[in-house]
Amino acid sequence: MPRYIVSRLLGAAVMVLLATLVIFLIANMVPGDPVLTQLGDIAANNPVMVAAYRHRWGLDLPLWDRYWIFLTGLLHGDLGVSISSQRPVLQDIAQYAPATVELSSVAFLLSLLVGLPLGILAAMRRDSWVDHLARSISLVGVSAPTFWLAFIMLAVFYGWLGWAPGPGQISADQFPPPTVTGFMLIDAPLAGQWDTFWDAVHHLVLPAIVLAAATLGLITRTTRAAMLEALSQDYIRVARAKGLLRRAIMLGHALPNAMLPVVTLGGLAYAQLLTGTVLTETIFSWPGLGRYTFQSAVTLDFPAIMGITTVVAVVYVIINLLVDISYALLDPRVMRR
Amino acid sequence: MSGVELALQTAEAHASAAGQRRRWLRRYGLAAAGAVVILAWALAAGFAPWVTPYPPDEVNVAGRLAAPSAAHWLGTDELGRDVLTRVIFGARTSLAVGFVVVLVGGVFGTLLGAVAAYARGWAEEALMRATDLMFCFPPIILAMAIAAALGIGARNTVIAMLVVWWPKFARLARSLVISQRSQDYVAAARAVGFGPVHILLREIIPNAVGPLIVLVTLDLGNAILVFAGLSFLGLGVVPPTPEWGSMVSEGRELVSQWWVATFPGLAILTVVMGFNFVGDGLRDWLDPHARRR
Repeated sequence: MPRYIVSRLLGAAVMVLLATLVIFLIANMVPGDPVLTQLGDIAANNPVMVAAYRHRWGLDLPLWDRYWIFLTGLLHGDLGVSISSQRPVLQDIAQYAPATVELSSVAFLLSLLVGLPLGILAAMRRDSWVDHLARSISLVGVSAPTFWLAFIMLAVFYGWLGWAPGPGQISADQFPPPTVTGFMLIDAPLAGQWDTFWDAVHHLVLPAIVLAAATLGLITRTTRAAMLEALSQDYIRVARAKGLLRRAIMLGHALPNAMLPVVTLGGLAYAQLLTGTVLTETIFSWPGLGRYTFQSAVTLDFPAIMGITTVVAVVYVIINLLVDISYALLDPRVMRR
Repeated sequence: MSGVELALQTAEAHASAAGQRRRWLRRYGLAAAGAVVILAWALAAGFAPWVTPYPPDEVNVAGRLAAPSAAHWLGTDELGRDVLTRVIFGARTSLAVGFVVVLVGGVFGTLLGAVAAYARGWAEEALMRATDLMFCFPPIILAMAIAAALGIGARNTVIAMLVVWWPKFARLARSLVISQRSQDYVAAARAVGFGPVHILLREIIPNAVGPLIVLVTLDLGNAILVFAGLSFLGLGVVPPTPEWGSMVSEGRELVSQWWVATFPGLAILTVVMGFNFVGDGLRDWLDPHARRR
């Protein structure tokens, strides 16, 4: 097992290194010119100012020199300076990441808490109303555009019914708590601001549901299919022939075997969440990485784009690594292959 | 499966034509419904100028933000343009983008994966590591950055999506070719003297095409969703062009005038659901193992 983990770790490190190269090449080969978007029209027409600007941001160096600078900076934890915010990219990311982690964790938990039981029940009572409900929910979940779902939720629960607060992380009349961890749900109680805490919880509900929709559909669908697959195996027939209780068969025999594909889905589901945050955060004015990514992309802020994609690629590789390792732990046959 | 169930199923198998029709409906009813929905959208898109009551860009400031009525079935938007007309014209962009992205990305990815699996050795290793590498990035974030850098416009957005679209096809094609490459018919084709290009394109891929078609179908909905999302963010079409994602974006602040954003969103939902239904049906049809479930 340790050997397996070490070899996977090395592979992951190489992957991250190659990923930075790909990001760098893409960021530099596309024809968009950051100078034109960053400098105003007048400055962009002044060759002296353009040259000074290029020199200031190292845009006049050869490609490989710039990659080398990026890479050595990366090894020192330096992702460069954002062109639009004029702050270190790492500092920007550290500021925006907690809001995104908070939102996507709640959404992920929500989709697990609803999706797993729903998928299991649907498989146990196949073709019953539970099954039809589960299939409809998962179908609408994966087919509905995130941004449209967000609009509908806001229109109904904020605009018409007034049950939920509007966009944003907290209401305008609340003071943000002093930053300790960066997580609103942790910092507010730490500062004793329970009003702010409950306000933040209320603000979290709608975006979390919207973000969870697609993941929920995916998890329900996979759990149902995996349970049905497990239930069709011979050992289930044996267990039934032995006269085991239905519940014991389901939870003791079928469920553990059905969990493998669901674990793999963890990584996929996370990818879905990251994709969803860009749209969800933009609509809900959520001060997170998704919105920051979008703003960096539109302003062609290359250091920021490269920094975010690098961080996200690292997170991706780590999640895949964890999935592989948990897979090996759950199913010893994996390592022998 | 208990004996009673088995007996019932056997009886069902010998049942009348009506029973057979019922079973067909239960198995493929949703897929047929999905196909009808897609066909309807395709026809509406193809005949858009003839079936729409107004020109798509006709501005009518006096009648702006009118609620759905007999004159404007789905109401009008902020510039007084007919929402129904623009939704129907929007189908042109969405369907075209979906097909181009999935077909071009699919063909490229499939060829890459198939060649990798057939070549084996270091070529396979290198090509598949490159594919793995693309999986390190969340597609929409990469596509967003590329689309922004290339400049706004449907063509550039399609290019950006293509850059991130092929890897899943490469992975699937590789696993399919691996399962085929040691089959007897491949050895036979080689013995007859066919070259690798012929064997790959004329022998192996036709035998492995089923799962690829399923992925293409399911992916069409996905591509339409991603394009609409990019368009919603302002990275899709150039404004007056009617497009579903940007229409939702234009109406996102208009809660009391809900029709502006709701109907284009429903259009996306129905098309994507249609492709999902057809894809699921195709999978059941091609895979007898899944059909039993």
